[in-house]
Amino acid sequence: MSLALGTVPDPDTEADQAVDKEADMAKSIDVSDVNIYYGDFLAVEGVNMTIKARSVTAFIGPSGCGKSTFLRSLNRMHEVIPGARVEGKIVVDGQDLYEPGVDPVTVRRQIGMVFQRPNPFPTMSIYENVLAGMRLNAKKMSKSDADGIVERSLRGANLWNEVKDRLDKPGAGLSGGQQQRLCIARAIAVQPDVLLMDEPCSALDPISTSAIEDLIHELKTEFTIVIVTHNMQQAARVSDETGFFNLKATGEPGHLVEFNPTSKMFANPDDPATEAYISGRFG
Amino acid sequence: MTVIPDEPTTQEVAAHRVGDAIFRRTALVASLLVIVFLAGVGIFLLIKGLPAIGADPENFQDHANVFSLVGALLFGTVLAAVVAMAIVTPLAIGLGLVISHYAPRRLAKPVGFLVDLLAAVPSVVFGLWGIFVLAPYLKPVHVWLVDYLGWIPLFDGPASATARTLFTAAIVLALMALPIVTAIMREIFAQTPRAHEEAALALGATRWEMIRMAVLPYARSGMVAALLLGLGRALGETMAVAMVLSATGVIVSWDIVSSENSNTIAAFIAQGYKEASPIKVSILIFAGLALFLLTFVVNFLGRWIASRGVVKG
Repeated sequence: MSLALGTVPDPDTEADQAVDKEADMAKSIDVSDVNIYYGDFLAVEGVNMTIKARSVTAFIGPSGCGKSTFLRSLNRMHEVIPGARVEGKIVVDGQDLYEPGVDPVTVRRQIGMVFQRPNPFPTMSIYENVLAGMRLNAKKMSKSDADGIVERSLRGANLWNEVKDRLDKPGAGLSGGQQQRLCIARAIAVQPDVLLMDEPCSALDPISTSAIEDLIHELKTEFTIVIVTHNMQQAARVSDETGFFNLKATGEPGHLVEFNPTSKMFANPDDPATEAYISGRFG
Repeated sequence: MTVIPDEPTTQEVAAHRVGDAIFRRTALVASLLVIVFLAGVGIFLLIKGLPAIGADPENFQDHANVFSLVGALLFGTVLAAVVAMAIVTPLAIGLGLVISHYAPRRLAKPVGFLVDLLAAVPSVVFGLWGIFVLAPYLKPVHVWLVDYLGWIPLFDGPASATARTLFTAAIVLALMALPIVTAIMREIFAQTPRAHEEAALALGATRWEMIRMAVLPYARSGMVAALLLGLGRALGETMAVAMVLSATGVIVSWDIVSSENSNTIAAFIAQGYKEASPIKVSILIFAGLALFLLTFVVNFLGRWIASRGVVKG
C-alpha cells in the first residue's frame, strides 16, 4: 500500500487545523467521591480531584494501591471485569460518565487508552491498526481521508518516518517501543478528548521509554493526558500534576493521599507519607 | 560446617532410570500399536476390496463399474456432510460465542455442559429420534422448501411424503457433529488474549465489534479446523443416516428433499452387509476404503490447519 502523497494535506495547514480544534478537544475531568469495587471488595475509596485540560497528570504509588483501577474507571473500562463497579461522579465537559443512560461505548470513544503491554491487533497491518477506531466510528471513509488520518496519527505518535514504507506489514512485526507508539497512534486517530496511559513504558527499554516521554510532551498540547507510572523520575519528567495513591494498610482500600503540582510534590510535599514514598523510604 | 543437601544415592538414581525405561517402552509400544492397527485396517481394506474392481457388472446396481458406484456414494456422503456442516457452522459459532463471551458465567457453564452431553447420546437414539420425531415435523418444511426454494437444485422436489430424506439425515448429522465443533470453538474463543479484547473495547467497540475485531480474527484458523473435524465426524457417521434415509438405489442426485436420494457410503454398508455374497462384501469393503481415505484426508487437513494457524501475539 503506497500513500498518494499528493492527496495528503500540507502539514502546516494540518497543524493550523489542530490548533483550531484544540478549543473543543482536550477536556478537564472532575472527580468527586469515587469508590471503586471488585464485587463486594472496595478497592479504591473516596477519590476527589480535578484533572486539568491540556496537561499531563501522573498517578504514582505502590503496587496494588488502585491507581490503575482508578485510571480504568475514567473511561469505564473498569466495568468490563465481571462484578466490577464504580460509585460517585466523574464529570467530563459537564457530563457525568456514570449517569444512568450514558453508553460506556460512547465514553470510550471520547477517552482513549494506551495499555501497559503494547497490544496492536496481530492480524491487521500497521495501516489498519491505526484506522481500527475510525472504522468503528465512521462507516465510510474515502481512501484519501483514510491515508490522511493514518499519516497524521503516525506523525503524531512520532512513528511515521520509521514505518511509512511498510504500512501494509503486520503491526506485530514492529519492536516493542514501535508497537507502543502504534497503539498511541491508534488511540489518537479518533481524536479523543482525553488520553489515558496505564504504565505505557513499563515493558519498554530506556530508549523507547525516552521516545514515548518526548511524545507525551508533544501530545499534551492537544490532549488531556493521564498517566499511571511506577517510575517516579518519569512522573517528575513528564507530568504537570501528580497524584499519590496509597493503601491505608494491607487489605484496606487504596485512596488518594495527595494531589498537587508535580514541582511541589517532588520538592515539598504536604503529606509525610508522600515524602517517604518519593524519597524511597518505602514502597 | 554447612550442611550439604543429600545427594541422591546411586540406588535411587538407578531405580529412577528403571522407571524411565519402563515408561518409555510402554509409550513406544502403545504408539507403534496405533500405527500397526491403522496400517492393518488399510491393508485389510485393500486386499478384501480390490476383487470388487473385476466383479460382474450386475453387482453394481445400474453402474458400469465399481468406481462409478463408489463415486456416486462418495458424492452422497460429501453432500450429506456438507449440508450438515452448513447447518452446524452458524449454530456452533453462535453457541461458542454465547458460552465464551455473552452469557453470564453461571449460565455459560450449564449451557456448555448440555452441549457436551449431546455427544453422549448414542447414534442409534439419534436415528430413532430422526425417524419418529424429527421426520414428521419436517414434512411441511420439505413441502415449503420445494414450493419456495425449488429453483435451487438442492430443493428440486417433488417433496418426499415420509421426509426420510438426505435433508432430514443431514439435520440429524448436524446435531451429532454440533458438540465437538462447539466445544473446540468455545475453547478457541475463550483463549483470545485479554489485551486484544481490551484494545478493541478501549477504542469504543461494542461487544459485537470487539468480537469481530479481536476474537474472530484470532480464532479464524481454529474455527476452520473445528469445522473440518466436525466434517470428519459427519462423513463417517453410520447408524443415524442408515436409519433415517430410505434410499432405494445408488444414484447421483443434488435433490435432498425428494424420495429419490443419494446414499452415503456408511449407510450403504450398514444396509447391505447382511445379504452379501463374497463379491458383494468385496464391493462394500471397497466403498469402505474410499470412506477411510476421505475421512483420513479431512481429519489430516483439519489438524494441519489447526497447527499451522496458531496466531502469534
